[in-house]
Amino acid sequence: MADEQQQESTPAQAALWRRPAFRAVVFQALLVLALCMVGYYLFTNTLHNLEERGISTGFGFLSLEAGFGILQSLIEYSETHTYGRTFFVGLLNTILVSGLGIILATLIGFVMGVARLSRNWLIARIATVYIETFRNIPLLLQIMFWYFAVLQPLPRPKQSLSVGESFFLNNRGFYLPSPVLEEGFWLVMVAIAVAIVTVVVLARWAHRRQEATGQQFHTVYVSLGILIGLPLLAFLAMGMPLSWDYPALKGFNFKGGMVIIPELAALLMALSIYTGAFIAEAVRSGILAVSHGQTEAAYSLGLRPGVTLRLVIIPQALRVIIPQLTSQYLNLTKNSSLATAIGYPDLVAVFAGTTLNQTGQAVEVIAMTMAVYLTISLAISLFMNWYNKRKQLVER
Amino acid sequence: MKKIYAIASAVALATAFSTTAQAGATLDSVKKKGFVQCGVSTGLAGFSSADDKGNWAGLDVDICRAVAAAVFGSADKVKYSPLTAKERFTALQSGEVDMLSRNTTWTLTRDTSLGLNFAGVNYYDGQGFLVAKDLGVKSALELDGASFCIQAGTTTELNLADYFRANKMSYTPITFDKSDETVKAFEAGRCDALTSDQSQLYALRIQLKDPGSAMVLPEVISKEPLGPVVAQGDDEWFNIVRWSLHAMLNAEELGVNSGNVAKMMESKDPNIRRLLGLEGIKGKGLGLQDGWAASIIKDVGNYSEAFERNVGMSSPLKIARGQNALWNKGGLQYAPPIR
Ligand SMILES: N[C@@H](CCC(=O)N[C@@H](CS)C(=O)NCC(=O)O)C(=O)O
Repeated sequence: MADEQQQESTPAQAALWRRPAFRAVVFQALLVLALCMVGYYLFTNTLHNLEERGISTGFGFLSLEAGFGILQSLIEYSETHTYGRTFFVGLLNTILVSGLGIILATLIGFVMGVARLSRNWLIARIATVYIETFRNIPLLLQIMFWYFAVLQPLPRPKQSLSVGESFFLNNRGFYLPSPVLEEGFWLVMVAIAVAIVTVVVLARWAHRRQEATGQQFHTVYVSLGILIGLPLLAFLAMGMPLSWDYPALKGFNFKGGMVIIPELAALLMALSIYTGAFIAEAVRSGILAVSHGQTEAAYSLGLRPGVTLRLVIIPQALRVIIPQLTSQYLNLTKNSSLATAIGYPDLVAVFAGTTLNQTGQAVEVIAMTMAVYLTISLAISLFMNWYNKRKQLVER
Repeated sequence: MKKIYAIASAVALATAFSTTAQAGATLDSVKKKGFVQCGVSTGLAGFSSADDKGNWAGLDVDICRAVAAAVFGSADKVKYSPLTAKERFTALQSGEVDMLSRNTTWTLTRDTSLGLNFAGVNYYDGQGFLVAKDLGVKSALELDGASFCIQAGTTTELNLADYFRANKMSYTPITFDKSDETVKAFEAGRCDALTSDQSQLYALRIQLKDPGSAMVLPEVISKEPLGPVVAQGDDEWFNIVRWSLHAMLNAEELGVNSGNVAKMMESKDPNIRRLLGLEGIKGKGLGLQDGWAASIIKDVGNYSEAFERNVGMSSPLKIARGQNALWNKGGLQYAPPIR
């Protein structure tokens, strides 16, 4: 009896250090403190050791002249720019190849995942063979294969394959004319922006109207009309303020225009085909997770198979697919660092490679590189989690 | 791999209690291990390459072997770590290897900011260009606008940029990690020229399916003194590596080679007697046994033997001694006296 009474009253009277909540906070604070101390120790110890060994430290090297050339840069770069600049050149090249890779791999994955479930025997077989083959060959081999498979058969610059003297294909890349914006192009930009906003608003309105009244609206055609028509109108109104810079053979190589280098093409191909195979499997499992009753119900309502897939199956399957998709996107981004094997100048090749080697500042360079991959990974995860939540919430 | 070395080095540096390399520490640990861990290339004919049984040979490998001979009296007590250009310095900084003998150019930056010391020059080189014969180019100055296959993390990258900037020409670099890919891309026509230290061009050329289809241009656009490297802070080890090289050069100068070293033990020439550890300071200064240089000559040979065997006229590379002849034969190789 006495015991019980005591127990009942403990929560209010117990000493501060006996309360679980308080203790939890204290222990966590202690843990954080300990971690900080270990971190600080590691940091100062590293600095001390580096100094003792005569290895330069600090981030001063970022403002020194790099002195080496880089194959592809999305921003202005020459050997007179700084090591700091090489970081951004590499970073943008990494983002370029991962971004394009994610888009392509998703397309391939969805098509192949659906195809594998196709009732057409041949299509299903082809998809199965694709998935099983490419998932099981090491990615590095695939990258090498595509690189040399792309390079080997292509002609030298002097024997380029060409279309109308403006597109050229040779073993240095695919050259195409690049647009040169002239004065007055701003109006076209504005028109594009306006068109996009209009289309978004329109789509929402159409959706709401359909929900309310059941009336459908030809959103796709109207949107296309607006997206193309509005900028075109602005373009004509300003007197076509655009010219083209054509690539031309000068000496050994083509100059002018734009070029897609074989390294980018090969890496992109390898990454998206490899990751596409995994995404296809995710898509298949997602679709299989939606019970067959759903399909039957949709058919009995008179929906055609295409519409059923798009409106009934995929939205439900996405809930299963998205988490797997996230991890595939992360893999693709990390795998893009295999670029260095074939000379594509990504962050690892340029910054964690050449810059690290020329400056010898391994600790700083690797820390910056790891921070980048961590940030990209977190960003992809955050975005995908947000997207996932949205997809989960629209249940009605 | 390169990332692994870099990360390993970062971790080692972060966790080690003040691990200043003390004088003698490397020698002690090498003796305890029973072998010298030597960083070499991933495969470069004539300098450091492994046959299909995993036996390494080459001019750079001979420096590793010479150090092992000096320390253990046997040149075979070496283990090799193949390193790409990018991996090599972190591997040495992190203590992964005891020394680096991997066609590495001695520069001010490397000597002063990487925590390394260059122990000497075992090959005087310079950067050159390898082009396909059917390109029809006779001089590097005709290469305006050309693209070049090069290896990442080398002085080559920097020299190329300098040369084209100085001559107001444009170029495109395509940078690979390993020399294998560099050569393959060159063969596939990805670039107009392959550029590297000239000696390496000769070595890479014999890797081509048709070596006769490519030629080395006459221009040499840089100075590339290649030599063995050790980590900074252990002067005793530094001396051992440096004098192993000097012993090979002095042996050539004095006419002592692997064939006659036994007979030379009876020589009356005080220079030879000091070299072979029969009189003078012997092994004391280096902390080695007295016959350290004699072991090198017996197991590895003198510099001329190593040169001819690996890269000279009796090797597939067929490189003339040129700048690498001894100083008294019109070359640059000059070793301080052993006395
Ligand atoms: N001597 C130059 C270049 C050294 C270098 O790495 N050359 C290439 C030639 S393409 C090589 O030896 N590669 C062999 C390998 O990667 O193992 C330096 O020290 O930076």
